[in-house]
Amino acid sequence: MTPVDYDSILSKKAKDIKPSGIRRYFDVANEMEGVISLGIGEPDFKTPWVIRKAGMDSLAQGKTQYSANSGLADLRVEITNYMARRFGLVYHPQDEVVVTVGGSEAIDICIRTVLDNGDEVLIPEPCFVCYAPIVTLSGGKAVAIPTKAENKFRLTAQELREKITDRTKLLILPYPNNPTGAVMRREDLEEIAAVLREHNILVLSDEIYAELTYNGRHVSIASLPGMRERCVVINGFSKAYAMTGWRLGFAAGPAPIIQQMLKIHQYAIMCAPTTSQYAAIQALKNCDDDIQMMVDEYNIRRRFLVDGFRRMGLSCFEPEGAFYVFPSIKSTGLSSDEFCEQLLHAQRVAVIPGTAFGASGEGHVRVSYAYSLKHLDEALKRIQRFIESLTPVKAGKTASHVL
Amino acid sequence: MDKLLKLLQENARFSNERLAAMLGTTEQDVAERIEKYEKEGIIKGYQVLVNYDKLRPEHVTAIIELKVTPKRNLGFEEIARTIMMYDEVESVYLMSGGYDLSVRVTAKDFKDVAMFVSHRLAILDSVLSTATHFILSRYKENGVIMYDEPEDERGVTLL
Ligand SMILES: Cc1ncc(COP(=O)(O)O)c(C=O)c1O
Repeated sequence: MTPVDYDSILSKKAKDIKPSGIRRYFDVANEMEGVISLGIGEPDFKTPWVIRKAGMDSLAQGKTQYSANSGLADLRVEITNYMARRFGLVYHPQDEVVVTVGGSEAIDICIRTVLDNGDEVLIPEPCFVCYAPIVTLSGGKAVAIPTKAENKFRLTAQELREKITDRTKLLILPYPNNPTGAVMRREDLEEIAAVLREHNILVLSDEIYAELTYNGRHVSIASLPGMRERCVVINGFSKAYAMTGWRLGFAAGPAPIIQQMLKIHQYAIMCAPTTSQYAAIQALKNCDDDIQMMVDEYNIRRRFLVDGFRRMGLSCFEPEGAFYVFPSIKSTGLSSDEFCEQLLHAQRVAVIPGTAFGASGEGHVRVSYAYSLKHLDEALKRIQRFIESLTPVKAGKTASHVL
Repeated sequence: MDKLLKLLQENARFSNERLAAMLGTTEQDVAERIEKYEKEGIIKGYQVLVNYDKLRPEHVTAIIELKVTPKRNLGFEEIARTIMMYDEVESVYLMSGGYDLSVRVTAKDFKDVAMFVSHRLAILDSVLSTATHFILSRYKENGVIMYDEPEDERGVTLL
């Protein structure tokens, strides 16, 4: 009997995906007793009741079959109504929308639809962790564009232009941003659009946090002149409606792209979960107020944290979207990894090193505020104690000033 | 309801400084708004929410339903005023429906409550009948969950 040689069976592509360097940190944090985690990126709210009820009703009525591949017709209509109402974007429900298993699947099939071997994808960093591995799996090359704290972690036209080559096919535009909380305002998007209009490059605009903005409404790059035909807009129900476990999202874009994505979706997935789709119709029809309630609550927590970190003497740029703050910990003299490791052991608070989201996250940590104020308050107290315990570094600095 | 009031209801011990940060305004604005609420009687005071289930020695609380004959001109007000003067009375409400006044009383034991009902309430002229319901367990009080809530134990992930 020949033993199986997994190494030769497994694809090089799969093996080449690097396991996250901070997995060990997560393992330690998740096993330690009494840890206060600020590490999670999903709402602490429950899905609004009317949405849960709609899901249950659909089950009670025995609606347990597959739906159309692209999603329930009623849901696609509601999605296009929603896109028009909230972002001024007009799509045809018949052929310009596909309902997916979370924004995650929409990202996956969009990338797979676009890439051939060797194609380049531009990815502003720090960012959500899924884009680069999917690009690699699709035979493409992920090209990071580091964004800077002094630009509020926005992508600039200059940075974009420098990275465009003949092989560039796709720009990922992940705003509002996880982990930085950065948003792109209309004027920032105008500059990016001006560059893109001169090229044959598609935009995958990951707008999963579009509802969670705190200084004015979200602007989609697809709503700028000449951009609709160059954009696939990804959105979903996880963050806006606190529906992470329902696994439902969608992509909207020009029919020639969406129809190709639909083929992959059809063969890989068949259709998104039917129960979740019925629930989502209710969400889009009746839950604008629930979103507002959650946004107001997040906003209070956001300010609470920014204020708290600044009081500790950490510089903290004001995040305007999503539910993360991204304070700088450079003043402590520690690297992001060291900071997180030491904070965990000294005070049992878990935050995520900025470097987990790209090299340009060095010097920062990601702190989620998808937690109750009480939880955040206790965490801040502990972080404060940790920072105070580091004073030798600070004291040294002060002393040299005195001299 | 105003967000400032909501936050104070959640935790009246938030400092004005903290409140100002959370609401994106100045400390002075917070101070002024609180003062206005106090003057207008919208904020009637700041109290501690005691979990009597944990307090030792133990206490008992009862909700007493009263049927009363209203006095001409004065309606239910006179009897309500009489009842609310007793220290053990925590709240008095005029109700619609099957009875008239709802009175909440906390005392040191069942006997005390029974004495209160028979010696203080039942003897009042206009009281027609009483029904006493003892509270067995407190789950939520004034919007606050009274049992020890499980910690938010969602772990750490990269999502
Ligand atoms: C930026 C970003 N995009 C997409 C997703 C995927 O969300 P889902 O698949 O639940 O819609 C996440 C989840 O954390 C995210 O942070």
